[in-house]
Amino acid sequence: MTAQLTRDRPALPRVPALRVLEYHLVGYRRTWRAGAFSSFLLPTLTVLGFGLGVGAYIDQGVGGVTYLEWIVGGLLASTALQVAIAESTWPVFGNLQWQKIYFGQRSSPLRVGDILAGHLAFVLFRVLTSVIAFLLVTGVLGALRSPWAVLTVPVAALLALAVAAPTFAYAASVDSDSWLAMLFRFAVIPMTLFSGVFFPVESLPLVLRWLAYATPLWHAVDLCRAAVLGVAPYWSVAGHLGYLAVWAAGGWLLARRVLTRRLVV
Amino acid sequence: MTTGRPLIQAQGLVKRFGDFTAVDGIDVEVHAGEAFGFLGPNGAGKSSTMRMVGCTSPPSGGQLRILGMDPVRDGPAIRARLGVCPQLDNLDPELTVRENLTTYARYFGIPRRVARARAAELLDFVQLGDRADSKVEPLSGGMKRRLTIARALVNEPDIVLLDEPTTGLDPQARHLVWERLFRLKQQGVTLVLTTHYMDEAEQLCDRLVVMDGGRIVAEGSPRALIERHATREVVELRFAAESQEAFAGKLDALGERVEVLPDRILIYVPDGDAAVAEVAALGLHPANVLVRRSSLEDVFLHLTGRTLVD
Ligand SMILES: Nc1ncnc2c1ncn2[C@@H]1O[C@H](COP(=O)(O)OP(=O)(O)O)[C@@H](O)[C@H]1O
Ligand SMILES: [Mg+2]
Repeated sequence: MTAQLTRDRPALPRVPALRVLEYHLVGYRRTWRAGAFSSFLLPTLTVLGFGLGVGAYIDQGVGGVTYLEWIVGGLLASTALQVAIAESTWPVFGNLQWQKIYFGQRSSPLRVGDILAGHLAFVLFRVLTSVIAFLLVTGVLGALRSPWAVLTVPVAALLALAVAAPTFAYAASVDSDSWLAMLFRFAVIPMTLFSGVFFPVESLPLVLRWLAYATPLWHAVDLCRAAVLGVAPYWSVAGHLGYLAVWAAGGWLLARRVLTRRLVV
Repeated sequence: MTTGRPLIQAQGLVKRFGDFTAVDGIDVEVHAGEAFGFLGPNGAGKSSTMRMVGCTSPPSGGQLRILGMDPVRDGPAIRARLGVCPQLDNLDPELTVRENLTTYARYFGIPRRVARARAAELLDFVQLGDRADSKVEPLSGGMKRRLTIARALVNEPDIVLLDEPTTGLDPQARHLVWERLFRLKQQGVTLVLTTHYMDEAEQLCDRLVVMDGGRIVAEGSPRALIERHATREVVELRFAAESQEAFAGKLDALGERVEVLPDRILIYVPDGDAAVAEVAALGLHPANVLVRRSSLEDVFLHLTGRTLVD
């Protein structure tokens, strides 16, 4: 063997996904202002508009709390959902079809799972910073009734994985980005409207109510609302967390399979 | 020149996509310090081969060893020691030139400080030092290509794989890339490149294989291939007529071989000027006469009956 082959090399990264996260963060440094607007200012305005504006018409509040207090937990969960899905639709599609970033990453020692995990870690970062900012603003507005509200952070993280992983699989499998707009029109928007964010699902007809129960969002809404109000959730905590974990795990397996099919040809 | 085991060793290597066989049982060995080329037209199976060697595409059949390891089992360990310049650039257009290198270096476990130093060094090497902090998006095709080559060197690879490094570049940008690759070669870096430009193959490759339809049709150094499959010189005649065919019959006796192309006739001869004199003696008056040294293009034409680039 030549000297060239025995040269010292750095050990491969112990957690390669962190290097992928680092790459996404370097890109985010450039665009965070626009991202901060959609993931933080928008929900803040929604809180103000709905909580104070609509709340003014709902004199008796909901179940003994003001409408603002009632809606804050749901809006937090819905913010987490919006950010998680936004970061795993066009960015994933673009990295596969347009800039082919994932193919470049795959030529390095990274494995498909590292590329996926690194992307999801970035999604988590985006969701967590948005949710923490959201808590700060609503806390200052006096809309959080209980210190248990901090528990919305891990719930939002789990919700983010529960929706980002299957969305990643979807975005990686479609061949045209018009399918991504369809996802918003037929899944994200209806889910946001009918999963108990703006009104209790109990006011829905039975069939729609069960559809709401099936969405990951409703489970996070119920948990977040309970945490913000300092009361017990409608369902068991373990049941909610377990259901979200199933979505996250199933989504991970699906996403890894689709990404492997795309990158290993 | 060849010490120890070959860095790349393929036997009966096959790549299938469904029913279609893109690489049809090729045998290749590349040794340390060599500049090895795959020359062939579009669709020959060059990129499919490069992706298998790059350990991103599992072989459908045959044997493949890279750096003594199995590309399917040891993919990450092998890729850690390869540098890859794919046929189509996959840089991040939103990042700066420098960030494209430093973020990529991190995938190999290279510490941040080392990554920055190496990025600066490589950007000077590919003459992009003054563009380090500009975004990639507005760069010219040649600059992007050079950046992709720099990125392929960021881990100080044992083998650099270059898939059509200069396709689509203007002549000036192309010469700059060649000059840089030549320098790498002089530094003893093992280069494996694909091309459908015979001049690129002639200038850069110590040894090459000619590929067509997924198979290897010839192998050797550029000189040896030309000597084996072509004569020393070629006379190109262009007649001002609808069809060149009509004249071909009269020329058969002049050279070792005559090839008739839609727009010209090639006569393979040891001495071009002598042959031109004989053409005139036959009373033929072509509109255009060119005598040149034979090239790999002629080798390809001889082996496949087709030109490399249409
Ligand atoms: N992922 C793929 N799926 C199906 N066919 C493919 C795929 N990649 C390449 N091919 C086919 O394999 C053949 C060889 O392609 P390629 O290796 O790209 O050739 P080259 O790089 O020499 O132009 C072509 O006919 C191409 O269409
Ligand atoms: Mg190709």
